[in-house]
Amino acid sequence: MTIAALNSNPAAPAILPGSGGLRGALSDLFWRRPKLLLLLMLLPPVLWLGIVYIGSLFALLAQSFFSIDEFSGLINREFTLKTYGDLLQAANLDIILRTVTMAALVTLASAIIAFPIAYYAARYARGRWKALFYLGVMLPLWSSYLVKVYAWKLILAKEGILTWLLGKLNLLWLLDAWLSLPIVGGNSLSVSFTGTFIAFVYVWLPFMILPVQAALERVPGNLVEASSDLGASPGQTFRNVLFPLALPGIVAGSIFTFSLTLGDYIIPQIIGTSRLFIGQAVYSQQGTAGNIPLAAAFTVVPIVIMGFYLWGAKRMGAFDAL
Amino acid sequence: MTSAVSFQKVSRHFGSVRAVDAVDLDIAPGEFFAMLGPSGSGKTTCLRLIAGFEQPTSGSISIFGERAEGVPPYRRNVNTVFQDYALFPHLNVLDNVAYGLMVKGVGKPERHKAAEEALSLVRLPGYGARRPGQLSGGQRQRVALARALVNQPKVLLLDEPLGALDLKLRENMQEELKSLQKALGITFVFVTHDQGEALSMADRVAVFNDGRIMQIGTPEDIYQRPRTRFVADFVGSSNVLPPDFVQRYCGQHRWGSLRPESIRIGRAAKGDGVTARLVGTNYLGATTRLALDVDGLRLHAIVPAVTKLPAEGEAVALTFNREHLHLMDEPA
Repeated sequence: MTIAALNSNPAAPAILPGSGGLRGALSDLFWRRPKLLLLLMLLPPVLWLGIVYIGSLFALLAQSFFSIDEFSGLINREFTLKTYGDLLQAANLDIILRTVTMAALVTLASAIIAFPIAYYAARYARGRWKALFYLGVMLPLWSSYLVKVYAWKLILAKEGILTWLLGKLNLLWLLDAWLSLPIVGGNSLSVSFTGTFIAFVYVWLPFMILPVQAALERVPGNLVEASSDLGASPGQTFRNVLFPLALPGIVAGSIFTFSLTLGDYIIPQIIGTSRLFIGQAVYSQQGTAGNIPLAAAFTVVPIVIMGFYLWGAKRMGAFDAL
Repeated sequence: MTSAVSFQKVSRHFGSVRAVDAVDLDIAPGEFFAMLGPSGSGKTTCLRLIAGFEQPTSGSISIFGERAEGVPPYRRNVNTVFQDYALFPHLNVLDNVAYGLMVKGVGKPERHKAAEEALSLVRLPGYGARRPGQLSGGQRQRVALARALVNQPKVLLLDEPLGALDLKLRENMQEELKSLQKALGITFVFVTHDQGEALSMADRVAVFNDGRIMQIGTPEDIYQRPRTRFVADFVGSSNVLPPDFVQRYCGQHRWGSLRPESIRIGRAAKGDGVTARLVGTNYLGATTRLALDVDGLRLHAIVPAVTKLPAEGEAVALTFNREHLHLMDEPA
C-alpha cells in the first residue's frame, strides 16, 4: 500500500449514516440505553431462576411444614412442626450423621488429592501438558455417571481387579484386615462404606480440582519466591501463602463435593451397605413410603448444613483473598 | 577484604540461551552497585542467582565469602525488592513487613514493633492496618522495601524497583534509596535498564549485554570512558564514530565516542569544524536535540534551547573539543 492510499479523503463524511432497517434502529437504541439490553438479556434467566427454580424450592420447603395422616396416608395441609419432630428420631439422625460424616471425609480426601494435581497444572504445565491436564480431568465427566459407578462396583467387587491385584502383591491380608474393621468394613469393598467413599471421591474429584487450579493460577509466582526470599521454608510458604490464597478455590470446590455427596442417592445404593444416606431416605420417603412432608424435611437438612458451612467458611476468612 | 558478592565464571544457560555467560563480578561490602543493561541482557538473571531463585549452570558464587551454590533462597541472608513488589494480598501491610520475622519464629509483639519501625523508616508510619490493594504504587514500593529491610539482610537486591513509578516519584525515591543505603550501610545491588538511574545512584555500575559484562566502573568511568561501542551507545546515547572518521580528526584508526553535549554547532563552515547537514530537531525543554548528517554518518548533538538554529536541511559547522573525543579500547 502506498502512502497516498492512507491519505485523508476530503470527500468522506465525518458522521456515517445509520445502517437502516430494524437492526440498525435496534443497535442504536441499545447503544443509547444499555440498561434496556441488560434487562432483555437478564429477564429470561431471572424468570427461570426466580419462578421455576427458587419457587419450586420454596414449595418444597412449605411441604415440610405439612404432616401426613398416618391412617389414611393423606397429606394434612396445615402448619405443623410434627414432621420435624419425626426427622429428629434416632434412626433419622443416624442417617443425617452418616451422610454428613461421609460428605466431610469425601471433601477432605478430594482436597488432599486435588491440591497437588491443581498445583502442578497451575504452576508447571504449559501448552500440550496443560491441554492433557484439562483432558484428563474432564474426560471422566464426559462418560455417564452410572457407567462410572458400575465400573467401580466391578473394580471393588470380591472378584474384581483390585482384589486380584492385591492378591498378586501378597497384600490380601491388608485388605482383609481393613474389611474386618467395624463401620468401614464389610464382606467386600463393593458392599462397604469404604467402597462408597472411594466412588464418591472419584466421581466428585474434578469439581475440586478445577476451582483449586483456577485459584492457584491467580497466585502470582513471585509471591512464592518472595516468601522463600524472606526466609520461609517450602512448608511455611505453603501454610502462609499458597494455602490461604488457594482457600477460596478449595471452599468453592468443597461446596461441590460436600453438597453433591449430601444429596446423592445412587452411589450409596449401588456401592455400599444397606444403611441409608439422606438422598436415599428422601427417595424412599417420597416414593415407596409416600411421606412427602418427611422427604421435604430431609431435603431441608443439606440446605441448612450448607448454610452453616458457608457461614463458617466466611468467618474463617475463606473469602478474604477474593 | 571479602567481597559481599563474588561471581567466578558464572554461567546460567536456559537450553541454548546463554542468559548469563561466564560472568566475573566482585561487589564490595557497603557498596551501591548497579547492573545496567537492555532487557534480556542477563542482569535480572544475575540478581536471581544472588537471591537463589536460579542456580548457576557453571561457575561459583559466594556471598560474604560463603559458597552459595545449592543453597536455597530461604537460607540466604539476602532479601529482594521485587519489580512488581510481590506483596502478599491476603495480609495487611504490618503482617507483610513482619513476614520474614514471623517465619523465623519471632513473637507477635516483637515482630510487629520491628515492622512498625521499618515502616517509619520508609516514611509510612501508621499504614500497618491497610491492605496492599489500598496503597498507591509508590507506597507499595516502600512497603516492599520495609519488608526486605526488616530482616537486616547482608545484601539487598532491587529488581527495577522504580520502573513502575512516575517520573517525579522516581526521582524522589532515587534520592531516598541513596540516603537510606548510606545510613544503613547495607550492600545494595540494583538492576535497571535506565542509565540515568544507574549513573545517579550507584557507586559502581556493571553494563550488561548478551549475558556478559561489557564494563564495570564508576558512573564517570562508564559515561566518560566507555570501553566498547555498546557501552558508549547504551549509556547516554553517545555518538559512536567509526575508525575512518576518527582518523581524519585524531590521526588514530580506532573507534571513538563523542557525547552529544560535547558537540557545538556554528553557522559557517570554516576552520577545523566538520561540515554537516541539519536533518532534524527535537525540542526537549531545556535543550534541543539535533540530528546531523556528516557524509552519511548520523550524529546527534544536544545544544541549549536558546541556541539560534539554522533551518532544517541547511549546512552547519560542527565543532568539538578534541579532549572530548574518547577513543575506545575494544572494537566491539
